[in-house]
Amino acid sequence: MGNALEAIRIKKDYGDYTALNDVSITVPKGSVYGLLGPNGAGKTSLIRIINQITMPDQGYILLNGEQLKPRHIEDIGYMPEERGLYKSMKVGEQCIYLAQLKGLTKTQAKERLNYWFERLGIEGWWNKKLQELSKGMAQKVQFIVTVMHEPSLLIFDEPFSGFDPMNANLIKDEILKLRDDGATIIFSTHRMESVEEMCDHIALIHKSNLVLEGKLSEIKQQYRDRNYAVSLICENNDLAFQQIPAEFDPQPIALSGLDNTLDFQIKIPNEVAVPIALNRLLKLGELTHFSEVIPSVNDIFIKTVQQHG
Amino acid sequence: MDKLWLIIKREYLNKVRNRTFIVMTFVSPVIFVAVALLIGWLTSINSDTARKIAVLDQTDANYVALFETNDRNEYIVLDGLSKEAAIAASKEADYYGLILIEAREQQLADISFYSDDSPSQGFLESIENKINKQATANNLEDAGIDLNVIKERTVNKELQLQDFTGEKTSKMSGWIKIAAGGAAGYLLMMFIIIYGNMVMRSVIEEKTNRIIEIIVSSVKPIYLMIGKITGTSLAGITQFLIWVVVGFILMLVATTFLGVDAFSNPANADVMLQAQDMSKMELIFNDIAQLPILKLLICFFIYFMGGYFLYASIYTAIGAAVDNETDTQQFMLPVILPLMLAIYVGFFSVMDNPHGTTAVIFSYIPLTSPIVMLMRIPFGEIAWWEIAISMLLLYVSIIGVAILAAKIYRIGILMYGKKTNWKELYKWLRY
Repeated sequence: MGNALEAIRIKKDYGDYTALNDVSITVPKGSVYGLLGPNGAGKTSLIRIINQITMPDQGYILLNGEQLKPRHIEDIGYMPEERGLYKSMKVGEQCIYLAQLKGLTKTQAKERLNYWFERLGIEGWWNKKLQELSKGMAQKVQFIVTVMHEPSLLIFDEPFSGFDPMNANLIKDEILKLRDDGATIIFSTHRMESVEEMCDHIALIHKSNLVLEGKLSEIKQQYRDRNYAVSLICENNDLAFQQIPAEFDPQPIALSGLDNTLDFQIKIPNEVAVPIALNRLLKLGELTHFSEVIPSVNDIFIKTVQQHG
Repeated sequence: MDKLWLIIKREYLNKVRNRTFIVMTFVSPVIFVAVALLIGWLTSINSDTARKIAVLDQTDANYVALFETNDRNEYIVLDGLSKEAAIAASKEADYYGLILIEAREQQLADISFYSDDSPSQGFLESIENKINKQATANNLEDAGIDLNVIKERTVNKELQLQDFTGEKTSKMSGWIKIAAGGAAGYLLMMFIIIYGNMVMRSVIEEKTNRIIEIIVSSVKPIYLMIGKITGTSLAGITQFLIWVVVGFILMLVATTFLGVDAFSNPANADVMLQAQDMSKMELIFNDIAQLPILKLLICFFIYFMGGYFLYASIYTAIGAAVDNETDTQQFMLPVILPLMLAIYVGFFSVMDNPHGTTAVIFSYIPLTSPIVMLMRIPFGEIAWWEIAISMLLLYVSIIGVAILAAKIYRIGILMYGKKTNWKELYKWLRY
């Protein structure tokens, strides 16, 4: 599998302000790629460059290995963070117009729209004006507008913000289905739960610079820090807690287990092998839980951002 | 190119299907005709009620006979009153005015008109003329001169207006030209303001709707901008054509069935009546026919499009720079100012001397040339190369202004929640 998108050494200035500084990312085909970063980091600038809304000052973009060209807009579907449609235009007419702008013919557009309207259960809304629709309905229309031209690359900027939980779930499932059907998805978000749940690759942009990129599992591997969650059943919890070797830096945590268990997290020092540490814990009581704490995307995000000031 | 066409189509249909557009298009001519009829009707009742004017003649020359009561004025002859008593009596009876003809040593001394109103110049002159004419005649008679001899020998040739090609014109021709030029210039200004605003609102709407980002991820902003301006201009032309047709039909219906001559206004009515002999009427129609109508129409269309595109580009840039309509105020002055200037130059300098320096210069400056040149054209004798240069300057500057506007537009449409000022706009131009 090749790469759906490569951004190579992208630089973008707005006057004195540098929005993107030498940013390169590689999005493998068929991946769900999370573009993370605090507000104002440059995510939207990068997305706008990919969408050819603005041009980079330096660097270039490859789409499926080809230099990005105007005709490629038909291969990209984009749902901006700031969403909106024409309020006083009829839903069907509006969708056809936007589909035609993406290069579909009128007949093609009608066919696909019928499919999607039925699929998302809004087929009765074709002749309504957008302003008559509830917010949830409008969001569905917005989603359809993004995907109807069957692009190979879908870009969602904060896809779940503003969606109610029902719709958010529906959209999530639809997005994953599109991925299964062969599309590549780029997510821009700062909501880490959805990243954890859906992304297999991530990039972290901070203050206009790319600070982290790669396969999520590999990044997590990198960020493994020999942290373990432990549960013990002891006669005296307080006493047992004091007996945990201080070099393990025990921190009490809450684990969902039996009542009266002693739950804590430790960091096993590098010089102590894990089985040895385990042995030492076994002496303190009945061990009911011992598992490695894999860093969450949130942890990685915060840690990386802090590292880079 | 297909996409540009799509955008133009959407913008056009969106404007034309808009309820306000439909109401405006079909109600405006009705209002216009209603107002015309109202004015016609008011004028007719206005002349129904005659003004009461007292006349006190202290001479023996019987000047009162000159003042015969008619539809407009009812003359009341006061006899044997003193000046003060006559003034008091007129005031008490609430007369419109008092004509006082004073005598000194049996001779006409002073004539005065007393009134709390401001009588028209024409009315005062007619009183003056009547009395002076009679007094002159009396004097001549006293001197033993036969009035008939004078009448017979008096020469009263009218100046025949002709242009150098020998085409006869009436004295009305100046007014007709002013009316034609003024109407064209004024119409152009209205069109620019109304439709410029419409384009601006539609840009702001797309920005506040946030649909702009979806659109510009499909087409280049410049296409959207051009499509929007073009689509809206077509809607404007549609409206204008509907107005012309509907207005014409309504006028025809109104004048035929109601018998009110809505086409004439009180100022012209007098002149029309004076020009009773057919040759003069013919001359007036000849004048209208002599207006360079085809030239005017073609130029109107070219300047219409040029002026509209020039200003619409600026309006688009303003729309892109702001977040809502109230923020547009600070940028409006530079748009309205040249338009007002053009109209004033048109009505004062051009009417005064269509070939004067001011008129000529302003008919070359692109921001004012559409209006000023249109007002100059009815006066004829504008060399084709003058018009060509003016149009060339206009269309070249459209390209320049559109490029600058597009730069602002491109950046402005993606900027939210930022108060924009002139400095900011200048910065955008350099991105």
